[in-house]
Amino acid sequence: MSLPVGDLQRSPRQVDLRSLAMPYNRGLHRFAVFTASVTFLLLVAGALVTSNDAGLSVPDWPTTFGSIYKIPHMVGGVKFEHGHRMLAELVGLLTIILALWTWRAEPRRWMRYLGLGALAAVVIQGVLGGITVLFYLPPAISTAHAAVAQTFFCIAVSIALFTGHRWVEEQPRVEFDFTRPRLVTLTLLSIVVLYVQLILGAMFRHHGLGWWPHVANSVIVALVLTWTGVRAISVYSNIRAVKKAAVILLGLLVCQLCLGFMAFATRVAWGHDAAQPELPMVISTVAHVAVGALLLATAVVLAIQVWRHVPVAFEERVAGTQGKPVAA
Amino acid sequence: MKKKNCLTMLCLIVLIGLLTSCSKKEQSSNASEEKAATANAPAAPATPIDPNTVASISGTVKFDGAAPKPAKIDMSQDPACKGTNQAENIVVSDGDLANVFVYVKDGLGNRGFDVPKDPVVIDQQGCKYHPHVLGVMTGQNLEIKNDDQTTHNIHPTPKDNREWNESQPPSAAPIEKSFAREEVMLPVKCNQHPWMKMYINVIKNPFYAVTDKNGKYEIKGLPPGTYTIAFVQEKLGEQTQQVTLAPKDSKTIDQTFKAGAAAGSM
Repeated sequence: MSLPVGDLQRSPRQVDLRSLAMPYNRGLHRFAVFTASVTFLLLVAGALVTSNDAGLSVPDWPTTFGSIYKIPHMVGGVKFEHGHRMLAELVGLLTIILALWTWRAEPRRWMRYLGLGALAAVVIQGVLGGITVLFYLPPAISTAHAAVAQTFFCIAVSIALFTGHRWVEEQPRVEFDFTRPRLVTLTLLSIVVLYVQLILGAMFRHHGLGWWPHVANSVIVALVLTWTGVRAISVYSNIRAVKKAAVILLGLLVCQLCLGFMAFATRVAWGHDAAQPELPMVISTVAHVAVGALLLATAVVLAIQVWRHVPVAFEERVAGTQGKPVAA
Repeated sequence: MKKKNCLTMLCLIVLIGLLTSCSKKEQSSNASEEKAATANAPAAPATPIDPNTVASISGTVKFDGAAPKPAKIDMSQDPACKGTNQAENIVVSDGDLANVFVYVKDGLGNRGFDVPKDPVVIDQQGCKYHPHVLGVMTGQNLEIKNDDQTTHNIHPTPKDNREWNESQPPSAAPIEKSFAREEVMLPVKCNQHPWMKMYINVIKNPFYAVTDKNGKYEIKGLPPGTYTIAFVQEKLGEQTQQVTLAPKDSKTIDQTFKAGAAAGSM
């Protein structure tokens, strides 16, 4: 059932795919990759702030100890909090450039809007970061700050993917999906359960909820992601983009479950009464947040690749209409 | 289209500015409201106590069981924090328990008491709070000093009072604060040095004490009556005893906390 697009002479998808033909913009793609990479570092820096209990070591915002530009003495919690702020300013600047560049250089209208979406997300994220400082880390706001951070990371990764050489210039290998549930449904379900897991984890880290909802949901996450990954690898192993994303997804899942166990042990079991944030707890919880972000971004990439390479068969779209033709 | 983008950016910047100024205004107005509430609150008139009949209680608070070894604190993340430091959550010496807040929880009725004019002092020295546990009356001033060569921030996280978080650089003037409502074991922390923790106990009467390193306390000047005396420890929770004091009584009331006791009432 697998065939290159060139062979799909009568496929309605053929026209759509040819219309994607455009020159690959290496500069824009590399800049998008750079922005996504710095955003990942920013996520790590943010996790370090929370794990080191340094969230309010700089009590004011948007100023730092009353100044817009002066760098404070970077000791204690200040080095985590102000380091996070400086990196956030860099990501903000990169995102402005990325949005402007995309707006000017991208022939795809939806990509231009995605660039603006990234800019909107980074502005919302900055405001949430400020509000959480000014209101002494309310759990709901801090959780929203954590969730929007990873949403923005996923947008940045998506822009890097959509501007990539393979996406822009290669003709996708397409294989229709006749299985149930559809792989695209599974990938979307994976994103949903991971997002719920992200919110539950952030609520626990920011003292808005106990640990058990996050731990209980991890079982659901493991089952759904394993189902998705195994289905993708077993049925669509000949589609490289799908297989690669699925393998990474499963690898990260195993890694994340191990890190989750370590984070639980160092924070809940052994470290709940610690006199200060201890290094094993900081390392395991920060790594758990970082790999969690990579896992969510991989699930998004997998969903995008499945949407591109494994479209739902046309028969599916006319199901229930008793053979009457409908617009696809 | 460029004009549209510029306009959107401008709107966002203005929005952020407004949000920031609003939240700052809200904080400062909250602060001034609380100050005004504290200053203007019609303090219950002080009920005279006959000095010739006053009684006192004293005693020792013990810890029953193997004392936990205090955790060593690593202060290497700030070179200005010198010396050794260890956790003070349970401080036991030869079975005597320090840092227990002892106060008259019940039995004083509607008596009013004058608020002392002298402030209670908290000193930040060696990247530790001195003392670790203290008592203060509602509305009484707290004076917070920084004797370290590093910036601290003082961040109380109360349940019933207003939260605040202020930085204090080296050699800065003392910060003066007060709390308007009663609250026992109100945690205070420094977000720059996460091991720095202490507890403030805010009550309406002057009959309180904190056990010293020998577990000893003394409360003087109590009018005769029947009282509930509460013993509160940050990790071990609260225990109470009833005591009836006759004029000029001087009673010894000891208390024992058992190892592994849960802080259920905290």
